[in-house]
Amino acid sequence: MKTQTVSTPPKTRSRGVHAARARVAFFFLLPALLAIALTAGYPLFKTFQYSFTDALITDPSSAKPIGLGNFWYTNEKGVELGLLQDPKWWGAVRSTFTFTFLSVGLEFVLGMVIALVLNSEFKGRSFLRTALLVPWAIPTVVSAQMWSFMYNDSFGLLGTHLGAVLADADKTLWAIIAVDVWKTTPFMALMLIAGLSIIPADLYEAADVDGASKWTQFWRITLPLLRPAILVAVVFRALDALRVFDVMNVMLGPNRASELSMTAYARLHMIDNQLLGYGSAVAVMIFLIILAFTVLYVASLRVRFD
Amino acid sequence: MTLKSHTSSGRSLPTFKRTLFYLMLAAITAYLLFPFVWAVITSFRHATDLFLPPMKFLLAKWTIKNYIEVLGYPSFSRGFLMSVLVATGSVAVSLLLGAFASYALGRFRFKGKSVILYVILSVTIFPQIAVLSGLFTLIQQFGLYNNPLGLIFSYLISSIPFSVWVLTSFVREIPSELEEAAMVDGATPLQTLFRVLLPVMVPALVTTGLLSFIAVWNEYLFALTFTSDNRTVPVVIANFSAASQFELPWANIMAGSMLVTVPLIVLVMVFQKNIISGLTSGAVKG
Repeated sequence: MKTQTVSTPPKTRSRGVHAARARVAFFFLLPALLAIALTAGYPLFKTFQYSFTDALITDPSSAKPIGLGNFWYTNEKGVELGLLQDPKWWGAVRSTFTFTFLSVGLEFVLGMVIALVLNSEFKGRSFLRTALLVPWAIPTVVSAQMWSFMYNDSFGLLGTHLGAVLADADKTLWAIIAVDVWKTTPFMALMLIAGLSIIPADLYEAADVDGASKWTQFWRITLPLLRPAILVAVVFRALDALRVFDVMNVMLGPNRASELSMTAYARLHMIDNQLLGYGSAVAVMIFLIILAFTVLYVASLRVRFD
Repeated sequence: MTLKSHTSSGRSLPTFKRTLFYLMLAAITAYLLFPFVWAVITSFRHATDLFLPPMKFLLAKWTIKNYIEVLGYPSFSRGFLMSVLVATGSVAVSLLLGAFASYALGRFRFKGKSVILYVILSVTIFPQIAVLSGLFTLIQQFGLYNNPLGLIFSYLISSIPFSVWVLTSFVREIPSELEEAAMVDGATPLQTLFRVLLPVMVPALVTTGLLSFIAVWNEYLFALTFTSDNRTVPVVIANFSAASQFELPWANIMAGSMLVTVPLIVLVMVFQKNIISGLTSGAVKG
């Protein structure tokens, strides 16, 4: 780069420097942008393309376009084959949303309690902070196996008391929510602690002087000032929960997981059943659902990420 | 819940409240650690002792047999090697490309910068399933199915945007004098990046690298889909259960799980500060 040509007159030099710097920035950005285009942009485009075909995973190149057939199609015998006509798909959508609301809601309450406790000073605070990172660092697959063992109804610590929670359709979702809450509450708590740490202490001092109770202080000072951190933490966790897959696939197996998780439903059809086109249509629907959720959330609550 | 950091700390509280507070601390600690501790204990128990009631189970004999057996499984040791390879590879690539991009985004002014930042952020919250079929066929076309290179490539989808995002917020904070001094000395932007900025960025690179490493190490969906026998450890651990329908080798599963998890826990303890700052960066800057 030759921006250091000191001989040029000041005015054009500064404009030239700007243009040159923009060019440099472009070249520095290029590799990352190319990698993102190749791993995210192009595959997303292909997924959309496959969703309008009858592609099979064994031979994607011989796919024929079938329009919206993967989404809506009733054959001559009146059998409904489209994704949007499949009650199992809608069941998975409903379960995923139930899972997300309950899981993120519980994590938020629990995370808030932990954050408030950790924000006060006491002996062993740094120990608790480290303990907080343990569930977070454990791979989801491992935590799923740990809890499966505890839920085991013949010798598990919980299963011997609760019964076969993973076999009982009414209890399965709750059992899985418990695993997810345990695993992800630390993330929520850490985000909230970071938010708490930037609330100025003198606000509380002033409130103390005015005789406001701690309870009032929590509702009037802590919660409103924590709002930005809460909104960001909740949306990150919600987006994560909406694409839940690992914990359900490991604890329930691909077939039962597909009844509870949108992602598991998509993968079951796309990979296990080899229906690349149909599976891609499911993936497109998930993408649109999550996009709509994000847009609604960000717009209605005016979230700022930066 | 009513304690606040600005109050004069626990000592001045009435005994009742203080007791309540410490009870709550104990409950939280137990909640966070108990499942893990239980798994650790299980991993050191004979398979025949798993049926014992909890108290007897706790007092049963310790053994390292499960660990020896798990390390003897070819699929496990191979999985471990694959995981190290894949995680290291994708972290290295994403840190390098991320450093380049963050220099541009954090230091240069040009049109469309905020658009690019938002596109990058939106990729980090992308549902992975949305690219699964496209990525699957792309990896097959490249002949990278069941190849660790294919997995390294696929993980760039999350580790590059994440690295760019965290590193950019760090680069912005570096005083511009450093860079200007280098420019005055006639350094090219590439030299400035490598000789001036990267040394300053080491803490951020460690943080980003660690978080990406943990994310890739723990990833399951891509690893399950893009490999057949070159499995990474999460898939190996998940597949233990599928191996036999009747009696699962729980003690062995727990031993394998601990072998996969303990390196991460150690990393987390050593680099606790970096990890917390990396996780929360971007969330709190008002």
